Amino acid sequence: MKPSTGHTPPKWANRLLEWYCRPELLEDLQGDLHEYFDRNLASKGPKRARINFVMDVLKFMRPYTIRKLEILNNLTTIVMFKNYFKTSLRSIARNKLFSAINIIGLAVSMSVCLLAISFLVEIDSYDRFHEDADQIYRVKNSYQFLQEDPSYFASTSILAGKLIQEQVPGIKASVIMHRGFSGDAKMGDYIVPVSGIHTTEDFFEVFSFELLRGNPETALSEPHSIVLTDETAEKLFKGQDPMGQTFQVGNEETPYQVTGVMKKPPHHSHLRFQSLVSFATYEEKRKENPEETYWISWSNMWANYVYMKLEDGTSQEDIEARLVPINDKQNEKSDRVTINTSLQPMLAIVAGENLSNQIGMSMGPEGTWIIVILTSIVILSAGFNYTNLSIARSLRRAKEVGVRKVVGATRGQVFTQFIIEATIISLIALVFAYLLFFLIKPEFLNLDPDIQQMLLLENSPKVFLFFILFAVLVGFLAGFFPATFLSKLRAVSVLKDASNTKLFSKVNMRKVLIVTQFTLSLIFIISASIELKQYKYALAFDLGYDTENVLNIWLQGNDIDQMANAFASVPEVSQISRSAMITSVGNRYSETIKYEDPTDSTDLTYNFIDEHYLPLMGNRFLAGSNFESRQLQEREESIIVNEQVLKRFNIGTPQEALGKYVQVGRDSQGPRKLRIIGVVEDFQYATIQESIESFGFRYAPDRLEMLNLKIATTDVMATMEKLETAWNGLDQVHPFEATFYDEEIQRTYAEHSILFTIVGFLAFLTISIAALGLLGMGVYTAETRLKEISIRKVLGASEGSLVTLLARGFMWLLIISAAIAVPAAYFLFDSVILADAVNKANIGFIELFAGVIIIFAIGFLTIGTQTWKAAKSNPAQTLRSE
Amino acid sequence: MKGTYLGEFQELVLLTILVLAENAYGVTIQDELGSRTGRNISRGALHTALTRLDEKGFITSEYGGATAERGGRRKRFYKVTDSGTKALEESKMLRDQLWSEVPQVSLQKAGN
Repeated sequence: MKPSTGHTPPKWANRLLEWYCRPELLEDLQGDLHEYFDRNLASKGPKRARINFVMDVLKFMRPYTIRKLEILNNLTTIVMFKNYFKTSLRSIARNKLFSAINIIGLAVSMSVCLLAISFLVEIDSYDRFHEDADQIYRVKNSYQFLQEDPSYFASTSILAGKLIQEQVPGIKASVIMHRGFSGDAKMGDYIVPVSGIHTTEDFFEVFSFELLRGNPETALSEPHSIVLTDETAEKLFKGQDPMGQTFQVGNEETPYQVTGVMKKPPHHSHLRFQSLVSFATYEEKRKENPEETYWISWSNMWANYVYMKLEDGTSQEDIEARLVPINDKQNEKSDRVTINTSLQPMLAIVAGENLSNQIGMSMGPEGTWIIVILTSIVILSAGFNYTNLSIARSLRRAKEVGVRKVVGATRGQVFTQFIIEATIISLIALVFAYLLFFLIKPEFLNLDPDIQQMLLLENSPKVFLFFILFAVLVGFLAGFFPATFLSKLRAVSVLKDASNTKLFSKVNMRKVLIVTQFTLSLIFIISASIELKQYKYALAFDLGYDTENVLNIWLQGNDIDQMANAFASVPEVSQISRSAMITSVGNRYSETIKYEDPTDSTDLTYNFIDEHYLPLMGNRFLAGSNFESRQLQEREESIIVNEQVLKRFNIGTPQEALGKYVQVGRDSQGPRKLRIIGVVEDFQYATIQESIESFGFRYAPDRLEMLNLKIATTDVMATMEKLETAWNGLDQVHPFEATFYDEEIQRTYAEHSILFTIVGFLAFLTISIAALGLLGMGVYTAETRLKEISIRKVLGASEGSLVTLLARGFMWLLIISAAIAVPAAYFLFDSVILADAVNKANIGFIELFAGVIIIFAIGFLTIGTQTWKAAKSNPAQTLRSE
Repeated sequence: MKGTYLGEFQELVLLTILVLAENAYGVTIQDELGSRTGRNISRGALHTALTRLDEKGFITSEYGGATAERGGRRKRFYKVTDSGTKALEESKMLRDQLWSEVPQVSLQKAGN
């Protein structure tokens, strides 16, 4: 034989031949072609030889050489399905423990995934009920002050809307909206609060909200026209025909006339409102003062919205290209601020980019990502279990595969059989998951009022279809690796000596899977404990004033003195103060403040209060004194500042600062000069993640909108009832709304507690799943090494040493997982999630290692019990039957 | 008589297999036929013929040893079966008979 020259026929041609040629002819043909190739190589050179080879391969494509049509094979597959199904069920029933571990693990994790699927389907369904929903866009704005980073807004200016209507072609219809219509609708003595959106007349052309009564084209053209939703109409008119009715709103003189009744916006609309008021109403009000033109300026972009429906064939880019010159022209007028308009598809509003000043439901993209990532991790963990246990058990299944192959099963058939087995397990798991899904669904919805408003998580056939597809996919993916692996086995080698096969070469992969599982579980559990600590820290944080037993009551337009008097008569109320807002919960008012240098300014966060506020809240004075009680004065003249103001402007010590003047914004009479009459110790007026900057308390009786009641009682319920009675004595229209300050703070940090709940729950799931997997592996190891254990025992090994021997491998895997997870979780929180927080609880040893210890304990217990059982077994029993 | 009909090419293949005796497999058959007829015989054509012959039961085949030049694949050796030999004989007889009855004259003309 000639030694190989290194030249071989082209591989692809060879493969082509193998692919199309009937197996029974293949060997002969291929052999001949190779022999020719060899000869040609010698006589004609490698190039010619290769060409000839390829030509020959192509020329061999003849009817009789080409394989039978695949459909014939498929037919057998269909026939075989019944068999696969039966054997799968048998195999599942035979290995009860493994099947149970897999089904429980998959069911638990799938229930979370079902939640995620219905969540995603629901988010995706938002706003799709509009006709040509994908052609509807909203104008969004970017706002850039000098060279600072721009911020992005869902709102835009009325001017932008008008310019677009005038200058941009390709728009079927567009609508300008202004939010903030609200007031008490009065029909004689009957008063109902209503709210809504001002909108131009093309509203029903852009959107497909259903107008039940009225003319869609004219309903919103005239000033003081209002379209009510059926729900609001019913509330207002109680069964009377609302069309043409009029009512007054608040203190406005001109009555509103009902020009239409529409169906309440469906739940899956990001726009939700009680009524629509013609935009002309808003314009009319604005035009009352012709000198004031800010409302129509380019930079008044805070409460207006422009939506448009594009004509067929017009794209987002076309419109945006037209917006560029408009933007440029308008921005030329301002040297400090750059405002650019662009478009956002309506379907991307709910889960799209984070914009400020949203008009309706939206949640930003993070929620979606977090849910997808977290649930994938959980399902991955359960999938790993299946893969792991199946491979571990493949030693037993190998013989079965051998027999099947001898009887004539092809590789594809064996593969299908194992995939089907996995899919059946996954579908059984789906049934349980579906039940669990109903248990966790209300829990999830109750996590946060926002979630409840956003989602219904109703079951539609579409969602159900996705569930089943998902289960099949999970089955396929989980079963893919074991199926590939088992179907590859060669009948001869398996039947001759199963232990000889490459089964154990997969040990490393199994280890990797286990380590991954536990690393993820650990990261979850560590994250949960860090979140919990942050939450507790935030609640226990010393704000610098006392929020305990303070009840905050929104006046909702009621007269402040009357209300204060009404509450003062309740004996449990020890003190009452008034303020414009409450601090430390994320809200803020701010204005520019200057000291002596007119070019040096900063933002001053402030709150309007009365003279009772500071004593009630217990803010500590460093110098000066409280405001004095005064009636509505002509002009604001004094301020109490915090230490930061003194530091910022180098005003000196608190004592020195008294009597100095600062300029805070302007009023109608020019710059507003305020005299510092007091200095309070710095306190945490913002959320604790933010740092303390300049803050001032201001005295403006006309700006006070809420009452702060210090309550001294042992029976909160009874006191609340008394307060509510007092409220109802003055206002029967608006329900009494009062919240304890501490509750308000809790709500501010609710994200931590929500995250803790979610992550903690997922941690629990992944740990349970991983522990189940470990249990399976433990059982398997103990089973396969039973003989070895017995022999060791006979030779004198103690039970303790046997347990160590068996458990050591697993404990190592856990240690590796911990070594990866602890630094990873620490980094995640220290450098990513909490990186910007000014005040945060330190991540301590306990948070990092409590989880590790729990997991170690669980791991040791699961492995330990199994190995202990094996170690305790009587060697005589196990060794006898050899 | 379907199935026993022997085409010209198939007849040549059968004869070649007989000539090659123990060493008749794809490549050798093709070489032998090629060199004898001076025609360039394609592998495909040959294989089709062999398959037909096999279907008619004129030849059988069995796998022989693998060789390195065949990339480790075995040779498929062909043998003419009894019915194959019979078919060849019949074909020969038919021709002989025809030959014997051809008049001398027309043969000369044909020769010219």
